[in-house]
Amino acid sequence: MRVGLFVTCLVDLVRPRIGLCTLDLLEGAGCDVVVPTTQTCCGQPGYNSGDRKAAQVLAKKVLREFADCEYVVVPSGSCGGMIKAHYPELLSEFPDLKPDVDRLVARTWELADFLVNVLKLEQVPGRFDGSVTYHDSCSGLRELHVKSQPRKLLSKVPGLTLKEMATPEQCCGFGGTFAVKFGDISSRIADQKCADIGGTGADAVVLGDLGCMLNIEGRLRRRGDSKTKVLHFVEVLAGTRASDG
Amino acid sequence: MQVQSEKFKAGAAKSLNNPHLLKAMGNLRNRMVTGRAKSILELDNFEEIREAARATRDLALANLDYLLEEFERNATARGTNVHWAETGKDVNQLVLDIARSNNVRKIIKSKSMLGEETGLNHFLEASGIEVRETDLGEYIIQEAGETPSHIIAPAIHRTKDEVSDLFHEKHKLPRKTDIAEMTREARMVLRPHFLSADMGISGANFLVAESGTTMIVTNEGNGRMTTTLPRVHVAIVGIEKVLPTLEDVAFILRLLTRSATGQSISNYLTFTTGPKQPGDKDGPDEFHVIIVDAGRTKVLDSNLREALRCIRCGACMNHCPVYQNIGGHPYGWVYPGPIGSVLTPAFVGIENAIDLPNAATFCNQCGVVCPVKIPLPDLMRKLREKQVERGLRPRSERLGLKVWAWFAARPTLYSALTRIAARLGHWAGGRTGLIHSLLGGAGWTRDRDLPAPQGKTFRDLYAARARRRI
Repeated sequence: MRVGLFVTCLVDLVRPRIGLCTLDLLEGAGCDVVVPTTQTCCGQPGYNSGDRKAAQVLAKKVLREFADCEYVVVPSGSCGGMIKAHYPELLSEFPDLKPDVDRLVARTWELADFLVNVLKLEQVPGRFDGSVTYHDSCSGLRELHVKSQPRKLLSKVPGLTLKEMATPEQCCGFGGTFAVKFGDISSRIADQKCADIGGTGADAVVLGDLGCMLNIEGRLRRRGDSKTKVLHFVEVLAGTRASDG
Repeated sequence: MQVQSEKFKAGAAKSLNNPHLLKAMGNLRNRMVTGRAKSILELDNFEEIREAARATRDLALANLDYLLEEFERNATARGTNVHWAETGKDVNQLVLDIARSNNVRKIIKSKSMLGEETGLNHFLEASGIEVRETDLGEYIIQEAGETPSHIIAPAIHRTKDEVSDLFHEKHKLPRKTDIAEMTREARMVLRPHFLSADMGISGANFLVAESGTTMIVTNEGNGRMTTTLPRVHVAIVGIEKVLPTLEDVAFILRLLTRSATGQSISNYLTFTTGPKQPGDKDGPDEFHVIIVDAGRTKVLDSNLREALRCIRCGACMNHCPVYQNIGGHPYGWVYPGPIGSVLTPAFVGIENAIDLPNAATFCNQCGVVCPVKIPLPDLMRKLREKQVERGLRPRSERLGLKVWAWFAARPTLYSALTRIAARLGHWAGGRTGLIHSLLGGAGWTRDRDLPAPQGKTFRDLYAARARRRI
């Protein structure tokens, strides 16, 4: 099974460990993983800032780079959502690309969704001694319907207990450039997320999107919480094998 | 109403520092959000009804000309005077003309957001006519000299204690703290106005084309008194509010009240078909309906058309994390929250509400709760695109996006640049791995740390891993 890994720009720059964990997990499950080295970004920052042309250039680039993969797997709900939910609209001015866009959309999977519904992963190598709470990132949840998949995967991790927040589906306040343009509103929203996380008493908050990850961790630390870990679910699933990151 | 949307950021900052607002908005989250979630479970086919409502509203919008004329025909046949107003000014003038020709000195009003658009109260008061808001929330903000902060709960930004103080000051009666007692007091103050008013003004939730009926959805009974007690009644309604049949109104109502307040049905549904008919016990002698454009046909012709499906339930704002924290006033015009971030620029001009379509996280909570499936984030994005096209974004932002896009399209340069950025970022994070302040990123770092990069890019680590494997 030839699987293309769309690393995403934030994983590449900030948390490469997440990419390595994804790689380990997919290869461990028998996938033939290819990582196109020219990949950069899905175009979402431009798209959501109203710079449609810039986003189109990058979307076309992604289309070319993953043309020969059976599956494209993305360890991020919002980048996966960008491809699956928004590329058809973004590239609608180019009708000759439609068959390629449709093919890419059909073959693209958010990582947790792929692990559960395509690979049907039964065992995971990781171990986590403690409790975690899961934050449902907006794009993954509402654009890709990722809700039960990561919880199902976490339930397979030895030693791990899941403690749900009161409102796990509430936005963390990130919103891309919104977090910088409207920093005060953004961090107030993040505050409520931090309080909800704190209320569970969990050792870690686990999620599937880099934007939310940076936002929640950044606000938790500024509030003085240096204890609660903030982890991508794949870091929990893959365990320590990918520690070379 | 005067547009204040260009002051969004200052208004939001003020809201964030207002502890009363924080408390009041907490009630909104608890009541409206939980209420809606529970009440939609009563319907086993909620999503099907939602899809049917979307289709019905789209069909109505596609046939507005035909349906509005059908409404006019049927309403006229029942003795209703139907007027057409192109602008907000026309609305105000028509209402004043009707009031003057009937020697009206006092008007009672049931809530109308369209009246807020046109600034009707101020206009009438400036012409020497007394206007009394009778919806409890509207009454509170009229007494406080404020504007509505929510389309169905106009005084949602005020806590019970604040209202208690306000009533004590305005009514000059002993201070009450029990909500039922406070409501009774407001009712006692308002009753003489109901009985002495010469004219009533209301909006309308829907116009029914097949019967020439206007209808309003209320909970307090003030709407029914406003439409029946005074000798003249005027309903002002946007052109987009028309539905073909009573059947359509009936099924869309199942979504409206549940989405709005979590009620299976509101306390009152008032249907008005013409003035008092021979044999009727009550009702106005004269009934006027003013059908209003005020920018709507322009929206109908634009790529924001779907926003006109709106049935004004307020669910989008109730569920919006931004609205929940800053309330409605920072949005600076009549409609706050996600729908306001689309309608305000559409009605008053994109350049007069620059921040609004950008002040959203695109969490799409609004989109999934909207009973008529308005894709609110998509419409806000279209407005963002329009801002870029028209060169309305700040120069630094445009430049930043250009630089980013230029590099992201050139993988070799991009990988060199990110390699440096990852190292620098890692170094800046020091031992804690946290960056406390970032040049040009104060919006982020004022209240948050930035977790530092690990130090090497995935690209480089992957290449090293591949070399080790050979």
